[in-house]
Amino acid sequence: MAKDKLLDFDKALELFEPVLGFEVHVELNTETKMFSAAANPANSANHDAGPNTLVAPVDMGLPGALPVVNETAVRYSISLGLALGCSIAPSSRFARKNYFYPDLGKNYQISQYDEPIAFEGSVDIELADGEIVTVPIERAHMEEDAGKLTHVGGSTGRIQGAEYSLVDYNRAGVPLVEIVTKPIFGAEHRAPEIAKAYVATIRDIVLSLGISEARMERGNLRCDANVSLRPRGQEKLGTRTETKNVNSMRSVERAVRYEIQRQAAILAAGGTITQETRHWHEDTGTTSPGRPKSDADDYRYFPEPDLLPVAPPLELIEELRAALPEPPAARRRRLKTEWGFTDLEFQDAANSGILPEIAATVAAGASPASARKWWTGEIARIAKVQGREATELATPADVAALQALVDAGTLTDKLARQVLEGVIGGEGSPQEVVDARGLAVVSDDGALIAAIDEALASQPDVLAKIRDGKVQAAGAVIGAVMKAMKGQADAARVRELVLERASANDA
Amino acid sequence: MTDLTKLSAAALADKLAAGEVSSVEATQAHLDRIAAVDGDVHAFLHVNEHALDVASDIDRRRAAGDDLGPLAGVPLAIKDVLVTTDMPSTSGSKILEGYMSPYDATVVARSRAAGLVPLGKTNMDEFAMGSSTEHSAYGPTRNPWDLTRIPGGSGGGSAAAVAAFEAPLALGSDTGGSIRQPAHVTGTVGIKPTYGGVSRYGAIALASSLDQVGPVTRTVLDAGLLHDVIGGHDPHDSTSLAHDWPSFAGAAREGATGQVLQGLKVGVIRELPDTGFQAGVSESFRAALAAMEAQGAEIVEISAPHFEYGVAAYYLILPAEASSNLAKFDSVRFGLRVDVPGGTVEDVMAKTRDAGFGDEVKRRIILGTYALSAGYYDAYYGSAQKVRTLIQRDFADAFAQVDVIATPSAPTTAFRLGEKIDDPLQMYLNDVTTIPANLAGVPGISIPSGLAPEDGLPVGIQFLAPAHEDARLYRVGAALEALLVDSWGGPLLDRAPALRQAQGPTGGVR
Amino acid sequence: MVSEITPDLVRHLGVLARIQLSDEEVERLTGQLDAIVDNIAKVSEVATPDVAATSHPIPLENVFRPDVPGDLLTPAQVLQNAPDAADGRFRVTAILGEEQ
Repeated sequence: MAKDKLLDFDKALELFEPVLGFEVHVELNTETKMFSAAANPANSANHDAGPNTLVAPVDMGLPGALPVVNETAVRYSISLGLALGCSIAPSSRFARKNYFYPDLGKNYQISQYDEPIAFEGSVDIELADGEIVTVPIERAHMEEDAGKLTHVGGSTGRIQGAEYSLVDYNRAGVPLVEIVTKPIFGAEHRAPEIAKAYVATIRDIVLSLGISEARMERGNLRCDANVSLRPRGQEKLGTRTETKNVNSMRSVERAVRYEIQRQAAILAAGGTITQETRHWHEDTGTTSPGRPKSDADDYRYFPEPDLLPVAPPLELIEELRAALPEPPAARRRRLKTEWGFTDLEFQDAANSGILPEIAATVAAGASPASARKWWTGEIARIAKVQGREATELATPADVAALQALVDAGTLTDKLARQVLEGVIGGEGSPQEVVDARGLAVVSDDGALIAAIDEALASQPDVLAKIRDGKVQAAGAVIGAVMKAMKGQADAARVRELVLERASANDA
Repeated sequence: MTDLTKLSAAALADKLAAGEVSSVEATQAHLDRIAAVDGDVHAFLHVNEHALDVASDIDRRRAAGDDLGPLAGVPLAIKDVLVTTDMPSTSGSKILEGYMSPYDATVVARSRAAGLVPLGKTNMDEFAMGSSTEHSAYGPTRNPWDLTRIPGGSGGGSAAAVAAFEAPLALGSDTGGSIRQPAHVTGTVGIKPTYGGVSRYGAIALASSLDQVGPVTRTVLDAGLLHDVIGGHDPHDSTSLAHDWPSFAGAAREGATGQVLQGLKVGVIRELPDTGFQAGVSESFRAALAAMEAQGAEIVEISAPHFEYGVAAYYLILPAEASSNLAKFDSVRFGLRVDVPGGTVEDVMAKTRDAGFGDEVKRRIILGTYALSAGYYDAYYGSAQKVRTLIQRDFADAFAQVDVIATPSAPTTAFRLGEKIDDPLQMYLNDVTTIPANLAGVPGISIPSGLAPEDGLPVGIQFLAPAHEDARLYRVGAALEALLVDSWGGPLLDRAPALRQAQGPTGGVR
Repeated sequence: MVSEITPDLVRHLGVLARIQLSDEEVERLTGQLDAIVDNIAKVSEVATPDVAATSHPIPLENVFRPDVPGDLLTPAQVLQNAPDAADGRFRVTAILGEEQ
């Protein structure tokens, strides 16, 4: 298939105005699913469950099974709506969205149609240079997730060319909140950045509410990006495409940029944009067309007859509102002051989307400076090399534990980086890696002395030189000892011992 | 030796409690009866091979002094729309042939817990869509009064089983009359509870906002005893009511003492003129009303101007909800799969559903898909839901004037097999008196009112009461039943022709 | 609203409902549905804007369950009626459409 032509980004922005929209699906981390009491795989306790081990009758559409609404999921949804500045509907209903697909247990999804639980809100997002952009929120509604399909045969593991598909209903019924923005105007050149910052902010909000694990690589947070272009000066909106399978914040940014360039190339050449769903490919950094929207998407929505309306009492709404954590922007200002970072250091951390991780690492006992050092330094570097998100590689608890080992003198900074590699590689917690690999700094003077002796044996004149006042001669011995000890020695202590030796009278 | 199969469930329960008869004996008697007559009647799709084991266990527990419920040890037939873990559940459809549910319907679980002995699963119109059981994918059931006639539908199997003395009790479901209309044509008793009064969990869904599960029996007291077992709130069914129900058996007993009819206001609907019904049906209806009047009841004409839109609204709401409820039958997780070599899963789904669903089911799914589709929703489904509101208002206005409403349970007696099968619209009109109760959610009962003189076939009278007033129906039903049975010198079913009995395995007729 | 039940519409509805209707079925259904819809269309006569729709016969609201596990099927139960399964999952032939 021919590669898409892309227009240069700046040229594209010169000719066209991008209009954005986002649909973000948040998987809630309740104990059980939205409409059944099966354990919820989006709760990290159940993350590794085997296929079809978290299925209740209604999740797989068994004849006669009926849905019952999870009260906690409703509370979480209201909290999220409030955090998005939305009004909460005095009464909202569930609706059936009817379509056939093997990952749907009932061949309809229970969702909300014209009566979402939350509507008309806005979210302030902060960009790299501190500029605040207000993103208008159309609605947030409750629904259930679908099961998982694995395509077998064929070369890409995707649908095209697959011989058959396997279906696992663990995920069917996981509680979702879908957040839909209104069209976002005025993004201009910052459109890709805004996309990323928006997703990062939503992530930040749900993490601070404690209602989702928000791990994009696990699908806890999924973003569909809508992009359309309109020629400068035109009022009518352009045709938009919806890009799915955007599984990381970095991908959101890249996908939006790509779509702007792709659509601009078509429009500039006099072509038209097909309204369709597109699929983002992380490996090639491109989008490809999915099924075009058609009649077949008549979802025949009607109010869910098996469920009753949700009418949250005002006291509940106020209780949840009072319990809201501070909004992200205010929280960021507070943290920046508490942590004592410079503006640049703080923005750097914010843009990497790891403020929650730093905060959690600090909460686990590390200093803000060391937390930032690890997350924006070594972990970010490794993430870039491996093409993964920093948040996938290690947990705040691990990083804090690692730093604690450095602070206690068990590890040098250099050794700690080796341990970090081990943790990222899945070898276990920092302590486990230290033990397994035997990486702890040797604190036994006897061992150090033995190593020093060996080094001196091949460099007999060092002590004499030191006594003569050439203290820097110790360096050769220290180096030899460090090498012999594979770095597992405190260089400063070795130096002390060498100098002690030199000042002692025996040779 | 008393023919155990001729006893009412209450009488059988008394004998069991008194130790005069064992559950094994009672169960064996019914299994023998099934073997003798079901070849002709075809009420059962599946007979429980473990029935005697269950019965034996009840006997053992009774002997050990365990605390058992009033119906413990009594056999029970179960409409195949209710899922059971130990017997297949097909809902009368080929698409679910052999389907084994991993869980029991709530009403089944409660029945088991009460010590009832499941005898088997009964025949029904496919997915409960029909008024004659002719739409079963497994062949029709025949009316024990006349084997060339329909037993009603969709629950013809349960009604026929009870009418043919193959079971003293049965469970049914009613979406537009599927318990009450079969009761009418077979001379038996059937109740559709207030919507939400009995759990729908495990009842294979037809139209979620109309379906209810209820008892199918020969007497009002038996129905009350069974309703007491199965009713009440179920956390698995969001639409089930948390209402504190009185004992329906208690209400039936109270009604049988006869005072209930004195001063009772009985409404007759002006817009459902029984003069438009079969002559014998109308005559029986009027005679029953006269009997009530003679006991001091007052017959009041009331108006329900929107009832005439009931059938139309029903045949929009039901197909719409059903089209969605039946989407789950798609060859993927359970049920029939018709392979399509080289085909996509969509091809397999479409071919399977065409092969696995009967004509009536397909008709209603297509109709329902239409009613919900873009551009048609407001005119069809949306409008039908408004008619619902209007019918509820009609009932509210009526019950401000009367205690119960009375109608014939259906316009005609049992028609012949094949007579209406080719005219769906004609078939739908059978439900004109029963549909309003499902639309409004109010409870309804059908009890035998007599035989139509022109054909000697049973006629039923239906009573409707306000939502939550199921007990009122049991009181009034039991009162009228006592009057009528007394006037007949015995239950109506005594007059049913004897069924030919097949040769048993021992070579002799039992 | 006049019902326009045509064979093309019936075929389209068959696609939406995933039922592979034969030509004979389409023709028969077209005639039957036309008659039925003519009869039921009269609901719109009384369904005026001032009348609210009723979707539940008995008014209830806020029916919930606590966030407590239960009702779990074993994998064997999940698969016990599967027409085809492999690796603990249901197996289906190739899917035409794109993932939702």
